[in-house]
This record gives sequence, structure tokens and C-alpha cells, in this order.
Amino acid sequence: MFRKLILAPALLMALSVSTGVIGTAAQAQDTPLRIEITDGVIEPMAIAIPSFHGSADMAAKVRGVVADDLTGTGLFREIPAESHVATPASFAEAVSYEDWRAIDAQAMVSAEVTQNGDNISVRFRLYDVVSGQPLGDGMQFDARAADWRRAAHKIADQVYVRLTGEKPYFDSRVAFVQETGPKNARIKRIGVMDYDGANILWMTDSSSLVLAPKFSADGRKLLYTSYDSGFPQIQLMDVATVTSRPLTIDQGSMAFAPSFSPDGRWVAYSHENGGNTDIWLMDVATGAQRPLTTAPSIETSPSFSPDGKRIVFESDRSGTPQLYIMPIEGGEPTRISFADGRYGAPVWSPKGDMIAFTKQLGSTFHIGVMRTDGSSEKMLTQSFLDEGPTWAPNGRVVMFTRVTPGGNGQPRLHSVDITGRNMRPMNLDFAASDPSWGPLMP
Amino acid sequence: MMNIATKTALTGCLLALAACAQPAPPVAPPVVDPYSNVGGGAVFQGNLNGGTLGSQATAQYFQGTVGDTVLFPVDQTTLTPDARTILARQAEWLSQNGNFTAVVQGHAEETGTREYNLALGARRASAVQEYLVAQGVAPGRIRTLSFGKERPAETCSDEGCYAKNRRAVTVVNDTGAGA
Repeated sequence: MFRKLILAPALLMALSVSTGVIGTAAQAQDTPLRIEITDGVIEPMAIAIPSFHGSADMAAKVRGVVADDLTGTGLFREIPAESHVATPASFAEAVSYEDWRAIDAQAMVSAEVTQNGDNISVRFRLYDVVSGQPLGDGMQFDARAADWRRAAHKIADQVYVRLTGEKPYFDSRVAFVQETGPKNARIKRIGVMDYDGANILWMTDSSSLVLAPKFSADGRKLLYTSYDSGFPQIQLMDVATVTSRPLTIDQGSMAFAPSFSPDGRWVAYSHENGGNTDIWLMDVATGAQRPLTTAPSIETSPSFSPDGKRIVFESDRSGTPQLYIMPIEGGEPTRISFADGRYGAPVWSPKGDMIAFTKQLGSTFHIGVMRTDGSSEKMLTQSFLDEGPTWAPNGRVVMFTRVTPGGNGQPRLHSVDITGRNMRPMNLDFAASDPSWGPLMP
Repeated sequence: MMNIATKTALTGCLLALAACAQPAPPVAPPVVDPYSNVGGGAVFQGNLNGGTLGSQATAQYFQGTVGDTVLFPVDQTTLTPDARTILARQAEWLSQNGNFTAVVQGHAEETGTREYNLALGARRASAVQEYLVAQGVAPGRIRTLSFGKERPAETCSDEGCYAKNRRAVTVVNDTGAGA
């Protein structure tokens, strides 16, 4: 049922494919080619990705994914092949920078894909056309042919890192909930897919209502809420074997909204008893549980800081739902949201400096971000119902659920850059909600 | 994969308690919506004296005639006078039918986050449970859970539907233990 996607740490074998120009090329430039991601309007960088050399079919597929990854960020514009002047005959051929400058390319990706039975080997180089030099080392990726998309994502990640200075994120996966059936009897099941919607794996069947999967920091576990017992309780799933066990079994109370600590040792979640919902903390190894809040108000949606020391959560103790931060030991929380509206579903950014959240203002919903002290609040989206943000592993992109109104309303996954640009629906042919973006894969 | 087959039957029942507790009758009873006063707040218009004593001891009767649903104002979990009237009838029925247990399901409208609505539904279910207990129903006979915004009664996206989705539904289950 479950195909193992990760080929051990040896998937990625980086080595220089030629000598001489490697290593110091980037440093030699006065101003390395770089696209700055700022809040202002940007002009996408013009990039040429001529046909990859080698095994034709596989080379074309890998090239297509590399191009989709890069242009999908909104930061790059691919120059169509029809306009190319240069037609390199091989990967080793010297680059004719003049020909690429002639079509106003700023960067050029060259690669060779060799398929050998069940294995592929991909070599690539990135060129700074403007200064006429290679940008960074050449690299080689060896992978199973079945993992060709991962190899393509690794190349695109390298290009993205070198041209933006940001960390990579294309080679990552997203857990989500597929929704089928009518709105008043929705059938839900949990899936895991590549960040771009490919390679979907179904993790649960549709016999139980399931909600809000959350990846562990290493991507090997999923927490989710299931009505399997008839009452909402938390399940812990091993992703590789697709086996689950109940993490909470508490007759007469509900447990939901679970979230892992970065080290995977703790799970913070909402524990309901007698109608009151507080944040509780569980030691995963021992199952020992204790409350972190003991307020008569609603406390839910806990999310850990990347250092594991603090938890941001939602509470209506002030009268409306707002965002608060407390130490992992519990104790007096600090309120961080103060503007108009109702705030919920906070998620701490991978860099640790930002909180993404859902905000309801009047009859519209927004996905927003703010600094952890509540400053620099900024709305990224607006619609009838946007909710449940999750961060890309590099903290540059947020994925969320957008629900359309009405009896035929459907949830769809969307992503948006944290500058608020490049809002786009995920390329899925079914309704889905509750995305959880996993880590960059090794 | 998980042991799906063993779970399916049980889960189906638990997700639709009423349906499983009561095998479908050979002839479906006439559908009567006791809350036909749309937009003006829930006013129960069902028949208080319908049926014989024998036929009153069914989940069907509880649902259709006693009234299994109470509604809540926006973002509120307190019981309105209308809700208390219905719950008093529920308590009376539960007192007369001691072989039944109840699960109170709390619900919320679709605006609001998934997690907050789960907690809000739990508050609503608990408010109903507490009222029934105050009316003399043994606490052990009533359980609560919340579906948040997962199981709306009405599917449109305006206040007419939202008003019917902010609800707590009491689902009774014949334990066969005898009165």
C-alpha cells in the first residue's frame, strides 16, 4: 500500500562534476546574481531552462518539474524554448553566454539525466548569464527512477537557494484531509502528497471522521483527531508503515487540536472536560498528561516555537478569541493580538520570528502573519472563509484552506507567499482542507 | 493498513447513533419539522400529546415529538427560554424512559476556526447536559461530544442556516436495560 519514498540519506549525493571553475566562482563576482524577496512589487527573474540532456523521456519529465517548481514561486519567469538562440549539444559543451544574453536570460540551468534501469543520475549546473560565470558548484543526484520527482525538486531547490539566498522547500510533503460527499455528511480521509500535489498516498480510509493532521518535525509521524471511537480523540500515526494508535483514550472527555514539540517528545493539545477546553501537554513516551492552562475559557490550537520553549495558542479569556504565548511549563500567558477581529489557529514559523494565524473580521476571513510580539501584523489573504495556515519548511510560503460559501461550497488548498503575493490554488482535482506542511526531506 | 474492516461497522453506528440505535421502522413516520418558524427564533410547534404511552418510548418519538434539538444565539452557549422549555420536556421523557441513555452532540456554524468550533460545540453540549442533570436526570446517563462545524443541519451560508446549525442535539439510545 505504502511506497517508501525516501531512499535513505544517500539519495542526495553531491559532487562537483568538473574542476577549475568550481568553488570560488560565486565569490569572484562583485554582485552575485540574486533576486531579493521584498514586500514591494518584484520583476520575476528571467531564467532559461533548455532541454535537459541524456535519456530523453526522463530528462523531459525532470526538466518540467524543475521549471514548474521555479515558476510556481512567482519569482522566476521561464524564457520559452522557441526564443532560445543557443542549442547546446551536450551537458559538457561550453556555455555561449552571448546567446543567453541575447534573449535577456539572467540565469540558465543546464542538466543531464541518465536513466539506467531502475536508477537515474542527474547532473546539473546553474549559470549566471549576466556575469558569464557558473553560480555555485555543479551537483549530481542519484536516485531510484521512481523518485525522479524528488531528484527534480532537489535541483530546483538548489537553483532557488542560490538565486534567492533563502532555504529550500520544494522537496517536501504536505499532509491534508480530502473531503467528499455532501456538506452535511462530509466524508474525510487523510492523505500525504508532495508539496506540489503529486504522489498522493492515502493514510486513512473514510470510515471515521478525521480532522487536522499535523506532521512531526522529522516528518515521520502524524497526529490527528479521529472520531473512530465515536468521540473525538487523538491518534498517532507512523507515516512509513501507515499504522495508528490512539494517543488519548479518555471516556467522557474530548481531545483534539494536537501538535508536536520540535523534538517530538511532547504533544500539546486541547483537552475538554465538562464543556471546558484547556491546553494539555503529553509526554509521548509515557503517556503522562497534565494541564498547561486551567481557565474557564476556551483554550485551543497550540503550536510550539522552533526552540520548543514556548507555545502560542488561541483563547477567548478576554471575551473574544485572541492569540497568547506561554512557556512550555505553562504559567501566565502573554496576549499578542490586539487589533479588531477574532484570531485563531496560530502557527509558529520555522524561523521562529513570525506567527501565522486565521483572523475573522466582520464577515470575512484572512490568513495573516505577525511578529511574535504581535507587531507588524499583516493580512495575506481575504475571502469568505480562509483558515488553518501551515508554513513551508523555509518559512517563505504559507498553505491554507479556502472554503467557498453555500450548499455546494468546497474547501480547497491554496498557498501564498508571506509577502502576500503569488496566491494560488493547489493543483488538486478534489476538495481538501487542513494542510500540514512537513519538513524538507533529507 | 489499519484494521479497517473491524472498525467500520462500529464507527458507522457511533457516528449516527440514532440510526443504529433504532432499526428503521417498516413505515417511515410523517416528517414533521417542529422548528418551522424560520428566522423568528426556534418556537416548538410539535404536538405535545401525540401518540399513546407505548409509542412514546422510542427514539423516534423523542426526536419528532419531544424535540431533540435546542438552538443557540451567535457565539453563545447559554440556554434561551425556548431551549429550556424543550430541555424540560427532554428531562421529563428521560425520567419516564429510564432504559434510555443520551448523547448530547454540540454543533457550531461554519464561521470560526475548526478547533474553536469544536470547543464551542462542547460547551453547548455541556450546557444541555447540565440542565438535564439539574432537572433530575442521572449524570451517568448523559454523555457529550462536539462535532464543531463538521455536521451542519443546513448547508447554506447565511444566517437562516447558521441559526439552525448553532445547536445541541440529544440522541437517545435504548440500552434494553428495562425501565
